[in-house]
Amino acid sequence: MPKKELETANRPDNTAFTQQRLPAWQPILSAGIVIPGFVLIGLAFIGIGVALFLTSRNITVLEMDYTGVETTSDCYKCSAGTLPNCVCNLYFTLNETFPGTVYFYYGLSNYFQSYRKFGASRDDNQLSGDTYYFTSPLAVCTPYQYDVNNNPIVPCGISANSMFNDTFNLYQLVNGSKTVPLDGRGIAWWSDYNIKFRNPTSDPLRNAFNGTVKPPFWSKPVFELDLTDKSNNGFLNQDFLVWMRRAALPNFRKLYRRITGPDYASGLPPGNYTIEIAYNYPVMSFNGRKKVVLSNVSWMGGKNDFLGVAYLVVGSLCIVMSMVMLIVYAKFKFPDDV
Amino acid sequence: IERYEKVYTTNAIKTSKYNVFTFLPLNLFEQFQRIANAYFLILLLLQLIPAISSLSWFTTVVPLVLVLSVTAAKDATDDIVSINMLQSERWMNVQVGDIIKLENNQFVTGFLLLMFSRLLSSPHPLLSFSSPPSFLYSSTPPLRETNLKVKQALTVTGDMGDNIQKLAAFNGEVRCEPPNNRLDRFTGTLNNAGQKYSLDNNRILLRGCTLRNTDWCFGLVLFGGPETKLMKNCGKTTFKRTSVDRLMNVLVLCIFGFLAVMCTILAIGNRIWEQRWGSDFTAFLPREDGVNASFSAFLTFWSYIIILNTVVPISLYVSMEVIRLGNSFYIDWDRNMYHAHSDTPAEARTTTLNEELGQIKYIFSDKTGTLTQNIMTFNKCSINGKSYGDVIDYNGQRLEINENTETVDWSFNPLADQRFSFHDHSLVEAVKLESPEVHTFFRLLSLCHTVMAEEKREGELLYQAQSPDEGALVTAARNFGFVFRSRTPESVTVVEMGKQRCYDLLAILDFNNVRKRMSVIVRSPEGKLCLYCKGADTIIYERLHQSCSKLMDITTEHLNEYAGEGLRTLALACKDLDEKYFKEWQQRHHVASTALEDREQKLDLLYEEIEKDLMLLGATAIEDKLQDGVPQTIEQLSQADIKIWVLTGDKQETAENIGYSCNMLREEMNDIFIVSANNTDDVRQELRNALNAIKPGAEVFTPVTSLGSKVKVIKDEEVDGEFGLVINGHSLAYALDGSMELLFLRVACLCKTVICCRVTPLQKAQVVELVKKYKQAVTLAIGDGANDVSMIKAAHIGVGISGQEGMQAVLSSDYSFAQFRYLERLLLVHGRWSYLRMCKFLSYFFYKNFTFTFVHLWYAFFCGFSAQTVYDEWFITLYNLVYTALPVLGMSLFDQDVNDMWSFQHPKLYVPGQLNQYFSKTAFFKCALHSVYSSVVLFFIPYAAMYDTVRSDGKDIADYQSFALLTQTCLVFTVCIQLGLDMSYWTAVNQLFVWGSLTMYFAVTFAMYSNGMYLAAPASFPFIGTARNSLNQPNVWLTILLTSILCVLPVVAYRFLLIQLRPTINNKAAPLPPKRRAKIRRSSTRRSGYAFSHAQGYGDLVTSTRFLRRPAIVPSSGFTLLGRTTGFSPMGRSAGYSPTGHAQNNRPRDVEATSLQMYSTAQTLGL
Repeated sequence: MPKKELETANRPDNTAFTQQRLPAWQPILSAGIVIPGFVLIGLAFIGIGVALFLTSRNITVLEMDYTGVETTSDCYKCSAGTLPNCVCNLYFTLNETFPGTVYFYYGLSNYFQSYRKFGASRDDNQLSGDTYYFTSPLAVCTPYQYDVNNNPIVPCGISANSMFNDTFNLYQLVNGSKTVPLDGRGIAWWSDYNIKFRNPTSDPLRNAFNGTVKPPFWSKPVFELDLTDKSNNGFLNQDFLVWMRRAALPNFRKLYRRITGPDYASGLPPGNYTIEIAYNYPVMSFNGRKKVVLSNVSWMGGKNDFLGVAYLVVGSLCIVMSMVMLIVYAKFKFPDDV
Repeated sequence: IERYEKVYTTNAIKTSKYNVFTFLPLNLFEQFQRIANAYFLILLLLQLIPAISSLSWFTTVVPLVLVLSVTAAKDATDDIVSINMLQSERWMNVQVGDIIKLENNQFVTGFLLLMFSRLLSSPHPLLSFSSPPSFLYSSTPPLRETNLKVKQALTVTGDMGDNIQKLAAFNGEVRCEPPNNRLDRFTGTLNNAGQKYSLDNNRILLRGCTLRNTDWCFGLVLFGGPETKLMKNCGKTTFKRTSVDRLMNVLVLCIFGFLAVMCTILAIGNRIWEQRWGSDFTAFLPREDGVNASFSAFLTFWSYIIILNTVVPISLYVSMEVIRLGNSFYIDWDRNMYHAHSDTPAEARTTTLNEELGQIKYIFSDKTGTLTQNIMTFNKCSINGKSYGDVIDYNGQRLEINENTETVDWSFNPLADQRFSFHDHSLVEAVKLESPEVHTFFRLLSLCHTVMAEEKREGELLYQAQSPDEGALVTAARNFGFVFRSRTPESVTVVEMGKQRCYDLLAILDFNNVRKRMSVIVRSPEGKLCLYCKGADTIIYERLHQSCSKLMDITTEHLNEYAGEGLRTLALACKDLDEKYFKEWQQRHHVASTALEDREQKLDLLYEEIEKDLMLLGATAIEDKLQDGVPQTIEQLSQADIKIWVLTGDKQETAENIGYSCNMLREEMNDIFIVSANNTDDVRQELRNALNAIKPGAEVFTPVTSLGSKVKVIKDEEVDGEFGLVINGHSLAYALDGSMELLFLRVACLCKTVICCRVTPLQKAQVVELVKKYKQAVTLAIGDGANDVSMIKAAHIGVGISGQEGMQAVLSSDYSFAQFRYLERLLLVHGRWSYLRMCKFLSYFFYKNFTFTFVHLWYAFFCGFSAQTVYDEWFITLYNLVYTALPVLGMSLFDQDVNDMWSFQHPKLYVPGQLNQYFSKTAFFKCALHSVYSSVVLFFIPYAAMYDTVRSDGKDIADYQSFALLTQTCLVFTVCIQLGLDMSYWTAVNQLFVWGSLTMYFAVTFAMYSNGMYLAAPASFPFIGTARNSLNQPNVWLTILLTSILCVLPVVAYRFLLIQLRPTINNKAAPLPPKRRAKIRRSSTRRSGYAFSHAQGYGDLVTSTRFLRRPAIVPSSGFTLLGRTTGFSPMGRSAGYSPTGHAQNNRPRDVEATSLQMYSTAQTLGL
């Protein structure tokens, strides 16, 4: 019937969508959901909190400041920064075994790697081995883009220039001193080592750096960072990679070495130890602190009591809250029904 | 007639803004005029300065380009739509001074139409036998309660007829008043050949009228386009913005201020940091040349402006437009607002005002065509003490009449109008039984009127009545076998029960507002002299013969019954006249009608004399049909605390009557005040009396709270009892005066119902403006005709009733639909949802952006206030556009807190919108506080959890990139869960959007941190590997869980407790049992208005010999019945006029001025 069709030509479609009748789930904050929900979350959080807290408690951490602020410290002599190649020692004693694989960190405080310009002042193209940027680094690298003679600096920028250059050796003091072997491989992220940072393809490596100069604070150019191990040299030097992974906060620690030697694979035995520090990195000027940290790890990473405690607190609050809500609900529900 | 060389406005109205070439530059220019867009352009420029660029350029460019292109696309579509709306171009070319030809009965729908034209000449009609030369009717469409308006050309031009050569050669000069908006007045002169002819209102046609009763006419265009009286009456078109928009503007300014404060604080922080730490740290972090701590702080300020720009989210405005568009589509698509009868769906003509529909506090409604259908139907009658019209079953019970009730079969009468329906068979029986009273009754109806019949083909009768009431009565008589066939000045031809009879028409004693009756004196073919009279019952009753007293009592009962049903009644009476007496009377009548002095009075006296000792025949009851569901809708809306004011051009009685039948005025009301004074002091006094009656001892000075220096707001006051206010146009003119408007408004607001009658279009707008000015409330105006245009434009929301052919109101409206009752759904369902959705959207949108942004604030303390972002730049770019855009859009398009049935059952659910409860400055502040809390959690939980910690293989995880990833993941989860909490209606689409966005986040994150992306562009994707290295750590996930839960749980607890402790109307509504809609019954015993047009009749015209020159077509058999009740094409409308200017007010009080037409649209013209 064409006439009929014509008459209703403008009738809107009768679909659930156009008529706003789409089937829907309509959750309501009812007492039956909210109160048990809080109890369940509370219980779950307390459980997680206990597990986290106990795990964190079982992690051993040994943290030692070696900035040399106190005159009693062996490193006091170096802290002024006047002595070249200053070496100082840091002694410590373990009364019981430091269990598990021990990780050796250095820590800096009041050090603003998180400052915008600090992070921005680097050239990722350069660091990925693109030689074009060896000759003309990005402008963000200023003031470490070119040196006074207008030679391009590689690696350029504040980040690279400020690389931490203290070195540490660990000795166990048993009948004289016994070197504890420190493993410097595999301390950086796999993706940094394998993808993000690439050396330019040239052999020998130094050829690629012709016409460039090292960052002014560095004692040796980047291609001489580790002449003993080709795979740890240049931009692939793991200490460099660790440094270049910029810290989020002004107090941070960075992995220096892992203690994996055969005698120490399951931990550091009790005894006296000394760390021999080549004290190069000046922090006194900006009131910074340097420290070494020995730590083992667990499934939840390094020691951090906060997460466990936070879970416990939040879990308990949930339980308390659920009770409050139950009381309020009970009190106000019934007059409503009348 | 010479065309003046002077520049006149042409008839063209330009509506499109762009063309293909100017689109891009013009549109961009326009867009950048918006503060938000300009702001982002400035941001972009800031980012190009390396020293302060804290973000890459793409973080701003990508959103900006997206936003600009979406907006540009929308503008382009709008423009194309408006180009398409331009219609026939020939109207644009009409110019002042042109002579145009107009044709009968045709109208052109479209807004481009005509001008203000004056007809100088009209030809002899070709076909229409009833039309005189030099006479025109401008229309009264059948759907309007309006009068035909008689227009007459000057003799000097009229005599030229359709001789085009003569017309073209005619040389004259018209001098007239400048363009104005007064519809009832025109003064001018025509100079021709040294002679001066005066031009008045009767010689002009207004734009928008329809030509009737003549086949064509010629006219001279006097004014065109915007200068026409119609357009002058339309009021200004203002760009409408919603209150949410205005609030947003304030909030955005606040946010700018807040942004400046934050950045200043951070700059100061930077200054301190640079001085205390930075200057020591220069060994590793050297400063650039010339940068000291202070300058660094200055740069930091700008850097933070860039970083924190997300507090003013660029996508906000675009999202709002999308949401409004979506919600507008729902209105277009709603089948419950589709009127099948006229095949008209509802239409959201403006897509930017939706949420305001959920905040309406005042509705201003037109009456005719809006509340009523403007269809008069002959419903009941009382003849000789017997009431007809009800359907009674065998038990004597009165049955309710509905669509299925059996109607009377008119097959016995070949001339019947098949559209007329009547349900009581007994009346037909009575007619067939030739009951003399019944026959006299209908004979009266077929004789006593001023209707004109047009019979283009035999049997196809078209009645052209001065008012729909008259048309209805004559049509009723026609169907009951007393067919008014034709008239000449001296006779009326009626087909009585199949026999044609010709009555000599000896006199018409015409209607006016004082007489409230009309009579005819006729001589039957048998030679019997008879006076037939119909009029208001009270008037007729005074003139009845004593012998009728018993019949009077019964008829009064019936009349009261009819009145109780809201019907308009007329009493009918007749009287046989003595030949001798009449001759003598006729003599005196002739003298009186040619008297130069006091003609009116003398005639009145004569009429008074002859119209006495009448014999009562009975009464008619005519229904001014309300549109379906009007009383229920009004009841629902007032339940929702919406106040409804009726603004109508109709007579006070008509308006009151409708007030009663719509249940707006009720018998139980404590008092109904009627203000109809004619000078300032009286009006003031009447208003004061009303105020005192409502609130005894109320202070005369209106309580006003000042907002700022200029804006005054009248507070709502509590009233005991219900009151009604009826005010007419004269009084309104005074009441709207500056000195009295506050008093008037206060009284009006204290009343439950306000009816303003006999108001001009402009006054309608003034009333709306008044409420807008002093009440902080959202107003809606609804109407269907051109006289509602000004009010529709003035109100916050204008609604046009569509489906009938009148287009002017619809074209100026923001929303249109076919029936008044759809207003309920538009407001209570669509409006409520739109408002709710918009508010939820805004709250959530601000929450998510503030939370996002504030995290930077906390990080500033750990990065030396260096404008270091917490997040990856890509995340900043995509956060608003990709990761969080769709879920919130989904919520804003689909959310329903309660379904439509609940909204109807609990109209109170509408109230929070009127009180701005869902989104206000307070709500905004709360939402900002919530964001502060969330941002604190979002920053410090990851901070503490990651502090000095490492991965489970001892490697770095507290690095910047991992921290950024952790924080942004926490953020995405938090805002998603928060959205889930806010959303009360999870459709599949919402599920898809929420889960899709989360999936998208991880997919995009892993993709951007992948090897491939890095190798392609190392400098752009420095976060390589972060996702892999970080998101495989259990403590990272535990941190995400803790952070998200900690952000959301307090909100859950707060909301739960709030529901328990302070349940809102929503929470309360749910447990209530659904209440059944009570059927509204009227129990009024008030006498309704009488069924007349309330305007001076044109009996003179009917009897003028000049007018009716042609004899009637001799009827013969073989009729084809296609006739309609009245023969007008449904177009245009009427509006009573009452003056706004004081000069007008000294009109004679006793006679109402003839009501004038505002014509809604078109005329046809053939050039």
